[in-house]
Amino acid sequence: MDALLHQLFSGVASGGIYAGLALALVMIYQSTGHINFAQGEMAMFSTYIAWELIDYGTPYWGAFFLTVIFAFVAGVAIERLVIRPFHNLPVIALIIVFIGLLVIVNSTASWIFGTTLKTFPSPFPAEPLWDNHYISNHELGSIGIVLIIVAILFVFFRYTKLGLAMRAVAENPQSSRLVGIRVGWMLALGWGLAAAIGSVSGMLVAPILYLDSSMMGGVLLYSLAGAVLGGLDNPWGAALGGFIIGILENVLGAYVIGTQLKFSVALIVIVGVLLARPSGLFGRTVVTRV
Amino acid sequence: MVEKVKTSSTVAPHSMGALPLIGPVKAQIQTVPLPRRLGRAAAIRITLLVVAGLVLPFLLQNFYVFQLTLAMVYAIALMGLNMLVGYNGQISLGHGALYAIGAYIAAILMNSFDWPYWASIWPAGLACLIFGYFFGLPALRLQGHYLALASLALAVTTPQVLKHKSLEDYTGGFSGIVLSKPDVPFGLPINQDQWIYLFVYAIMLVLFLIAYNLLRGRIGRAMIAIRDQPVAAEAMGINSAIIKTSTFGVSAFYTGVAGALSAIVVQFVSPDSYDFFLSITLLVGIAVGGFATISGSIYGALFILLVPNFAGELSKSAPWAIYGVLLILVMYFMPTGFAGLIRRVGTLISRQMAH
Repeated sequence: MDALLHQLFSGVASGGIYAGLALALVMIYQSTGHINFAQGEMAMFSTYIAWELIDYGTPYWGAFFLTVIFAFVAGVAIERLVIRPFHNLPVIALIIVFIGLLVIVNSTASWIFGTTLKTFPSPFPAEPLWDNHYISNHELGSIGIVLIIVAILFVFFRYTKLGLAMRAVAENPQSSRLVGIRVGWMLALGWGLAAAIGSVSGMLVAPILYLDSSMMGGVLLYSLAGAVLGGLDNPWGAALGGFIIGILENVLGAYVIGTQLKFSVALIVIVGVLLARPSGLFGRTVVTRV
Repeated sequence: MVEKVKTSSTVAPHSMGALPLIGPVKAQIQTVPLPRRLGRAAAIRITLLVVAGLVLPFLLQNFYVFQLTLAMVYAIALMGLNMLVGYNGQISLGHGALYAIGAYIAAILMNSFDWPYWASIWPAGLACLIFGYFFGLPALRLQGHYLALASLALAVTTPQVLKHKSLEDYTGGFSGIVLSKPDVPFGLPINQDQWIYLFVYAIMLVLFLIAYNLLRGRIGRAMIAIRDQPVAAEAMGINSAIIKTSTFGVSAFYTGVAGALSAIVVQFVSPDSYDFFLSITLLVGIAVGGFATISGSIYGALFILLVPNFAGELSKSAPWAIYGVLLILVMYFMPTGFAGLIRRVGTLISRQMAH
């Protein structure tokens, strides 16, 4: 029982990380209908910026917020400079552009920051709360931060004018333009927010996985799986999907098939779920008009 | 009736107009339908190319012969993927897995069961055909990003299964299987590299001919119709489920044969050479070569084989950054790939000649 609890908790902990990046993926999907394969690499790059800032002596939270701002600006810039020229092209061409972006960011990061593993500090105290041995403070704090982000996103989309405008653009760009919403900037804003959320998840992963240019590769796959499982058009669903993947991965890995095949089995489970519910557990089924 | 199926994308929107040579084109996947019959000029051109391909290995150094052989292997895999993604509109991020399965089946047949290399290719292809067909069944329910994820699952799972202990007797686990180089038969006065080149060349020609016949006829048009107007296609009496799953199967067959050939050419298979990145590379190949084109498979194969080396020579410190920039530039300036560019240049030249 104790061992099972242990697996469950570490599943929830890694699930929190996947949920963070899954939220970033959903952000872009919601505003543009695309999956950004370079999301993980962008997060990794931002985390390096945070590392540099901390290395210069900036206090943790100062570096944290500066990095979020940097990521936001970079996300907006990437949308305006790289993605914008492609908005008329077929999805598949855009997928190739995302792959191009992925290798550029990855390669540039290992060129600028080197290839040695770097340790990244955690803002939370090392001594676990209540003397428990299930979950560390960093894991607990990460889950908290992810939940805060989900709540902020919810409020933003539900109760602010800007959030409403962004949802309108995702739903129907033409009509949105007619009522005076600046569609282009809304898309850029979606990218900026996604990059900012991604940078947070990068900074939360780094203390666990060590900072390295390939840090986010696996995380992206898990997050993608989580986002698709939960439903790409639903932030709550995507976050929950991330948690489910984390738990599945740990429990299946420990009890059913061993750590070697755990990701494969998690993926197969997801595909099974998708067959029953093709737009994810909590996604909307879109009825298209013929 | 069937000839009347003209969908928005089977007609290039600017084929009548100013014919811009480069620059972004507003369109879905652009397709120029394959002619039912080849014109005489095209027939002569193709014959010349085929003869040139036959002579090439005797003019080049062995290293380049080897590189070209590998390019042809990729071209076969890309042809398979292009049928699925380009012509039928089903996105697959998992063809690296089929390539791996083909390579492993051929390698195991040669290594553990002493099959000759030329015989081991076909079971590999057939196994992939069956596997692809059955993978195509659940894929019927999934679309777009969800299908991409399901096929991604295949790509990620396969190397892990290949490494697994229970199969180690056959697959050699992490270390893979080392094969021996095929001998030149019939006492021909050529070296082994040249022989493998010719062997792969012959198979490629046959497979491309089959692909051409498949794609230019009724089935090819049905595939395109399903991609562009799924509902209209069904309404016209096309059995979309059968076409889609069969396309998956045939596509898997091509990729599986290519994988088997790659095992023979490289003489080595290991789980880590078939990672997720291979699937991505194949997708890059068809995008750069040109969606829904046959010749695009060859351009794409040359691109994915040569450009990483070229980028490495341009910049030692960040070769992949150069590669990524090239990729984005190619997609921006030539969204129809090299095949589209060459077709447009060709049209431009023939118009100039006509004036």
